[in-house]
Amino acid sequence: MNPPPSELLSRRRFLKDGLWTVSLAAAGAAVAALASRSRAKEWVWQIDPYKCIGCGRCATHCVLSESAVKCVHAFEMCGYCDLCTGYFSPDPKALQTGAEHQLCPTGAIRRRFIEEPYFEFTIDESRCIGCGKCVVGCAAFGNGSLFLQIRHDRCLNCNECAIGRVCPSEAIVRVPASSPYLLKVRNP
Amino acid sequence: MGLILSAAAVQAAQRFPPPQFETDYQMPTLTTPPPRAAVWELVDVGVLAAALGLAAWLIFRKRSRHGIAALSIFSLLYFGFWRKGCICSVGSLGNVVLSLFDSSYVLPLTAAAFFLLPILFALFFGRVFCGAVCPLGAIQDWVVFRPLAVPAWLETTFRLGAWLYLAAAVLFAAVGAGLLICRYDPFIAFFRLGFNTPLWLLGLLFLGLGVFIARPYCRFVCPYGLLLRQAGRLSFWHVRITPDECIQCRLCEDACPFGAIQPPTAPWPESMRPAERRRLVFLSGLLLVLMGLGGWLGYRVHAGLAAGHPTVELARQVRLRQAGLMTEPTDTVRAFEVSGRTLQSLWNQEAAVFQRFAWGGIAAGIFVGFVAGVKLIQMSIHFKRTDYEADRAGCLACGRCFAFCPRQRIWEAGKQTGSGEKQ
Repeated sequence: MNPPPSELLSRRRFLKDGLWTVSLAAAGAAVAALASRSRAKEWVWQIDPYKCIGCGRCATHCVLSESAVKCVHAFEMCGYCDLCTGYFSPDPKALQTGAEHQLCPTGAIRRRFIEEPYFEFTIDESRCIGCGKCVVGCAAFGNGSLFLQIRHDRCLNCNECAIGRVCPSEAIVRVPASSPYLLKVRNP
Repeated sequence: MGLILSAAAVQAAQRFPPPQFETDYQMPTLTTPPPRAAVWELVDVGVLAAALGLAAWLIFRKRSRHGIAALSIFSLLYFGFWRKGCICSVGSLGNVVLSLFDSSYVLPLTAAAFFLLPILFALFFGRVFCGAVCPLGAIQDWVVFRPLAVPAWLETTFRLGAWLYLAAAVLFAAVGAGLLICRYDPFIAFFRLGFNTPLWLLGLLFLGLGVFIARPYCRFVCPYGLLLRQAGRLSFWHVRITPDECIQCRLCEDACPFGAIQPPTAPWPESMRPAERRRLVFLSGLLLVLMGLGGWLGYRVHAGLAAGHPTVELARQVRLRQAGLMTEPTDTVRAFEVSGRTLQSLWNQEAAVFQRFAWGGIAAGIFVGFVAGVKLIQMSIHFKRTDYEADRAGCLACGRCFAFCPRQRIWEAGKQTGSGEKQ
């Protein structure tokens, strides 16, 4: 089994056997590709917004110290309410943008007047921590246009998602990398 | 407070119609930044293949410990800190098992390549992956300061723990209860430079232990290493301590921090053969007994293991809630209550999970029993060796022993003069 040392160290022998190895590896790779029924695809993690209950663990359980989960806003679902229950804390003292009136712990939601009686709400992702407080607030009395998504410019795509392990509603699922978001739409 | 309580379901009806804007307001669109481009996955596979090839070249052709050490630093930086430890060959074992048992999960090409390539290389060159490419191995390789010799019987016994871990990891992946190897990867917290206290402690524990017991994860825990051990046994070429001939100088005897250098064997007296044969027959019988025992034990513990499955945990909590022992519903129960699933469907799913764990537990138990039995047989078989040789399964292809061999010095000197003559 063991080739004699002179043979082991001969360059030609090494090259020849090396080439043989490479071709075998290529064959192995081909077998693997076939074994995966030639529709192999990459997977990424995503939150199914229709399963999410907004428990807040996304903010704390991601392996990144700033979670890869952020709140996103489906504008076409939004009612553009003046009294936005995703923006204002319950029973706000005034409909003003002061921090004491806001639900968001980091002030990540921007409120902008559009026209009477509509206000636009946008998420400042650099501030959002993915806690989902606004998601719960919006769904309780509004249209549910705010929801959480894993942002793929941040996600490390861990082999086992650390948030998925603790998600109470098993809302974190594998989706094909070709369609990496599960967005909410009006009238699904 | 009322808002929070009534907000159990975040799936609200659409209460407000879309606004009819009179100004020329343009509605912003939701951005969807794409994941890492697929081409980078191929780059990772290419880097893995190149690193494996380079490792084999360094260990067989160059016989250079320095080269191997440099490559292991590169691997640590690339696969560890740059790619943040995902995907890795060790963890890809879970993906392979998952794809075999879950028809909805198609094994990605990257995971398949990361799983297969090191095994293929091990079939030819031995465990070159462990020596220079695995980031988990590389990080431990740099703390081997005071390696203590572990007696062979103790090493083998402890390695049974790795077989148990392999069985558990395969079982959990197969029944869809998660990827244990990834979950308890001890160095992932270092690679990601993120803060997760238990994992940091686990990593520090392994590194601290690694000062005295060289590469403890590789030798006593790593399930993928077990596969590579078997491939290494079959490998076409083996790492040789000496470049040409062994002169039995004994200088390499203590060179290997992993205890993978086997000394020449003493001649075996012919008179002991009948007794040996009887022992082998006895151990073969014992193998069957151990397999049976393992299967029985696996069945006994399957219910306990099943508690690690999310469906079983959900059913437990729902049962507590039903019995009135849970006044404030947990998030898990709340999610179940708003999901609209019926209790009956939950009980059915739970029963199915238990069923899978029962069969899986039996299979895993039989497997571990088989491994233990084979180990006993292996330990009682005498292999003939005339030279100091690297253990084909245990050798991690790190190249540390080369420097201990006087023939290596002569070989190196000859190489230098040889190249000098050419110039």
